Amino acid sequence: MEPIYWPSFLFLLFSALACAFAIAVVVSTNIVRMALYLVMSLAATAGLFFLAGADFVGAMQILIYVGGTLVLLVFGVMLTSQERFISMKTSQGELLTAGLVGASLFALLVWAAWSVPEWRGLSREEVAAIPVEPTATPIGMGLLGARVDSVNASGYLLIFEIVSVHLLVVLIGAAYLARAKRKRSVIVE
Amino acid sequence: MAQGINRLLDGLLEWALDWSVADDSALGYVLAALVHIFLLVNLIAVGALLFIWLERKVSGRIQDRLGPTRVGGKFGWLQTLADGIKLLTKEDLMPQGADKFLFKLAPYMSFCASLAAFMAIPFAGGTYPFVALHLNVAVFFILAVLGLEVFGVILAGYSSASKWSLFGAMREAAQVVSYEVPLGMCAVVPVLLAGSMDLVVIGDKQAGAFWNWYLFHDPFTFITFWVYLTCAIASVNRAPFDLAEAESELVAGFHTEYSGLRWSFFFMAEYGSMLAVSLLASILFLGGWHGPIPVASSLGLTFENGFWFGIAANVLGTLNVLFKGVLGVTVMMWVRWTLPRLRIDQVITTCLKYCVPIAAVGFLGATLWQYQWPNGMIFDTRAENFNVAELWTQEPVPFVEANPPDDTAGRALPVAEVARLQSLPRTDSEFLRIPLPQD
Repeated sequence: MEPIYWPSFLFLLFSALACAFAIAVVVSTNIVRMALYLVMSLAATAGLFFLAGADFVGAMQILIYVGGTLVLLVFGVMLTSQERFISMKTSQGELLTAGLVGASLFALLVWAAWSVPEWRGLSREEVAAIPVEPTATPIGMGLLGARVDSVNASGYLLIFEIVSVHLLVVLIGAAYLARAKRKRSVIVE
Repeated sequence: MAQGINRLLDGLLEWALDWSVADDSALGYVLAALVHIFLLVNLIAVGALLFIWLERKVSGRIQDRLGPTRVGGKFGWLQTLADGIKLLTKEDLMPQGADKFLFKLAPYMSFCASLAAFMAIPFAGGTYPFVALHLNVAVFFILAVLGLEVFGVILAGYSSASKWSLFGAMREAAQVVSYEVPLGMCAVVPVLLAGSMDLVVIGDKQAGAFWNWYLFHDPFTFITFWVYLTCAIASVNRAPFDLAEAESELVAGFHTEYSGLRWSFFFMAEYGSMLAVSLLASILFLGGWHGPIPVASSLGLTFENGFWFGIAANVLGTLNVLFKGVLGVTVMMWVRWTLPRLRIDQVITTCLKYCVPIAAVGFLGATLWQYQWPNGMIFDTRAENFNVAELWTQEPVPFVEANPPDDTAGRALPVAEVARLQSLPRTDSEFLRIPLPQD
């Protein structure tokens, strides 16, 4: 008997978890449970990243997507709960449309994934030969304008700066919009 | 550790049953993971036992009374165990209108988030660090995972179908989401000084006597540490920031409807998170496993002198870092029993109007200080001090061409290239300085 190839096993485990919880998001009718299943699905995706050795991206996935869904959960509870444990019903037409769109997107993705030969996986020997490298340093250097993986390609300094300034503008804008309005002092005579 | 277990099993089974176990067999990895998880779960559980007893003694001392005195002999040190047995025998209640699945799930989510943070915390450094999962981005991972604990709280508050629980959960969500910002900004400062997000590297950069600790690196890190402590107390929901379970307003907040063992899981998660943020503080700012006086290295207990010497030093270091962690938790208790609870608007004001600006100024100041005086505030005894300023100004050298321009089809690296890559050193600082082959 050939021994189990554990990376493949773990990959299948995490991807099955991600897919199963993604389906559970669609099937569930309770909005808080939906958010919980979404969290599970995104966390399983983070597991895939950790499995691939991209621990920075995995931690980023947890911080941004899983943490972001937390805010979604809060708003889901605060804004939609008119009654206790509200459940959402979808009509047959919506189901049909969503199924068609989803199936066509899935078909397109599968076709695209299989049609590009470069995207097929490496063999086990090739995977075992790839050295384990620190993952955060190349990303940091790339954002400062120096790519460590390629000589000819340029880094991402300009994009990084544009995104940072954009985020700063958004932050200031949000603080401006949410500020406490100053009350005019009304003198009553 | 996994390979060591495999070799041990190989020897034992070959002697007993004539079986052989390969060096990279999955069995050793699973067993090593089980050992790690067993140790960490026990650290949280036994730690919670100790901390609950300690909390009673500390609060008793602060309120000028004795605290527990009878159970277990002299200091009432078995009081928590008695309480634990009492909790086991309590009736397991669930409100009639509750969302049963989420109600049952919530305590375990909180506990798992707390446990996951411990996986990446190192307890000693050196060549063979005592850490379950040696992550390259440990600081980042821990901050990300600790934020997940609030999930359990929100689910508990929502699924209890009680207004007190929901109020508590919503307060907790607002508080934790806003306090993550200054907490992250404070944690970035030691990362900046060490030049790495690896907690083992950060701890080992502070080797030597206490003036090498990042707490005393410069005035800005000193301020940043106290901001970190404030935000850490707030992010683990301790008084004076315990709005989520404010007894005088919300009965018991998010765990109003919980009882028995489920409730104790929330309690363990809370004490586990307290220990986690304290350990993180001690590694980031207080030298981690390096004591105020370098006793172990002056006795010659290092990995250079032999494997078991290094392990002995690591055991001492583990005791050291645990002592610092317990000290941090004790400070949190001291704060809890000294200060009155804040109002929710005061909590948010403290975060956004005080902690965030102070952390930002501390971050900028530490950056400039590191640029100007990279050796810190007081004289420095380390020869191999990491110099960030030098690293930034030098021209970065490319590491390796993954896709050579003439090779359009090839994905796989040639065998010779792979062998060269595997022979190269792998630490962060060396990684940046490897020259390209000149062909």
